[in-house]
Amino acid sequence: MAEPHRTLAPPERRVAEVRGTRRLGAYDLITARDPVGPPDPRPGQFYMLAAGDGWGGGAGERPFLPRAFSHAAARPHPGGGAELDFLLEDVGPGTHRLGEMGAGEALMLLGPLGAGFRPPVHGTRPLLVGGGVGVAPLLCLHRELGADDQVLLGFRSGAHAAAAELFGDGARVVTEDGSAGSMGLVTEPLAAELDGDPAATVFSCGPPAMLEAVRALCAQRGVECQLALESGMACGFGACFGCVVETVAGYERVCVDGPVFAGSQLARVV
Amino acid sequence: MELCGVELGGPVLNASGTFDAIAARRVFGDALLERFPFDAFVSKTVTLAPRQGNPPPRLWETPAGMINSIGLPNKGMDGFLAQDLPELTQLGVPLIVSVMGFTHDELAALVEGVGAREEVAMLELNVSCPNVESGVLVGADPAETAAAVGAVRGRTTKPLVVKLSPSSIDPAAVAVAAQEAGADALSLINTLKGMALHPQTRRPWLGGETGGASGPAVRAVALEQVTAVAGRTTIPIVGMGGIASGQDAADFLAAGAEVVAVGTESFRDPGAGRRIAAELAALGATGRVRTPQAVR
Repeated sequence: MAEPHRTLAPPERRVAEVRGTRRLGAYDLITARDPVGPPDPRPGQFYMLAAGDGWGGGAGERPFLPRAFSHAAARPHPGGGAELDFLLEDVGPGTHRLGEMGAGEALMLLGPLGAGFRPPVHGTRPLLVGGGVGVAPLLCLHRELGADDQVLLGFRSGAHAAAAELFGDGARVVTEDGSAGSMGLVTEPLAAELDGDPAATVFSCGPPAMLEAVRALCAQRGVECQLALESGMACGFGACFGCVVETVAGYERVCVDGPVFAGSQLARVV
Repeated sequence: MELCGVELGGPVLNASGTFDAIAARRVFGDALLERFPFDAFVSKTVTLAPRQGNPPPRLWETPAGMINSIGLPNKGMDGFLAQDLPELTQLGVPLIVSVMGFTHDELAALVEGVGAREEVAMLELNVSCPNVESGVLVGADPAETAAAVGAVRGRTTKPLVVKLSPSSIDPAAVAVAAQEAGADALSLINTLKGMALHPQTRRPWLGGETGGASGPAVRAVALEQVTAVAGRTTIPIVGMGGIASGQDAADFLAAGAEVVAVGTESFRDPGAGRRIAAELAALGATGRVRTPQAVR
């Protein structure tokens, strides 16, 4: 039954405690103590999060459903469970409410869910390509791989590029407006890397247009890539069939069949 | 307790299409079986031929609920019986298989094929589909519903649950027609038809354009319909529609439901069925004695 890149989750929602929230440029990094979940979620897996209080009932009567986030880091907790970091961007009522949570507040949590990243193809170097808030699952993958990987991160602006500090000195940063790192798109250094040495496995997470460019670049060069997709979802565990993505084998659920898909499974990312 | 002669460990089922126990077992492992959230498992609707379902986007969040436009993706009857049914029998609770046919012949083939499997305890007829000849939504019309039930009644000895559509002028009249045509139980409500517009383009958001609204937002509608149906029928009722707590479930039992089903709340918490059952037990709630008025 067990699949290697899927750490199993307890089969019910539980209450985690927010330990703190750190502003990171345009993002918030929220840390929560998960009391009973596994200490070893796989990079690329995700959790469904909702605030214990103030979830719905406000202006617009939303949010109602939980929101999906890949963990940026997971640390085993000596008292059991794990301490989890999530990177948030305020893009709607759900992410807004989560981002304003303070220490001691109850965070409703389910996970880890989905299937995470697989190991790199034997004999290739891992190349991590992140965009925006999508750098989150690459952080724990980067830490797991150690110094063997290369990290390329793209952001809209310097304020967003503040998230690159989580990677220490190990990341190359590109911004669209040139206000941090070099100016351009992250796919430009990726293309240069692959043209220099195509013996790589690419791991990527970011906005759909970026993922599609990464997929196409890799496909043209015969390089294996693993893409972590995002989709609106109601449940996160395969129940609602709402998060499907078109693959070469028909519709598949991002939440249980992904969120990490091989580039070869996707005709294109939309 | 029992429902139509089938022994149940408790009164909380899942609503069809809101819990994929096979996917959930991949995610939660055997802990799902140890703490299975429902006292019977209702499958997602099975059609005769496989279906891909609707193009995305398939979901929209509403105040206190959601709209889905999933489009009944499934492996078709043969795929379901060969691949899914053996896994579902491992759940350790009675199985209720939901079926939908686009013609009476299709429905009859489904009821006969699924009903013949001894692993299946009951069948649920999803009549929230148009009659391809008349164009009428079967579940919205007493005569269409009676004809559909009548077309399959002789094809199985298993209990038949008819899942009523809320999109009827008089759901209780449809319920009476279903009972007279041979239904053993009624389940309600299905989702309410709804739609959402893209916030910028004002075009329909959902790939299927319209969808079904569910969640706490529809609970008051469901409670009224269960009450109305209970007042005019005598067969057991599976009550559902926005149930999110033991209090909600107790309301549906008081309205005349024999058992309840949890749908959208399971999306927020896969353990919701167990929590609601525990809350209901703590309330000591029981159903009311139904004294139906003369039928029709």
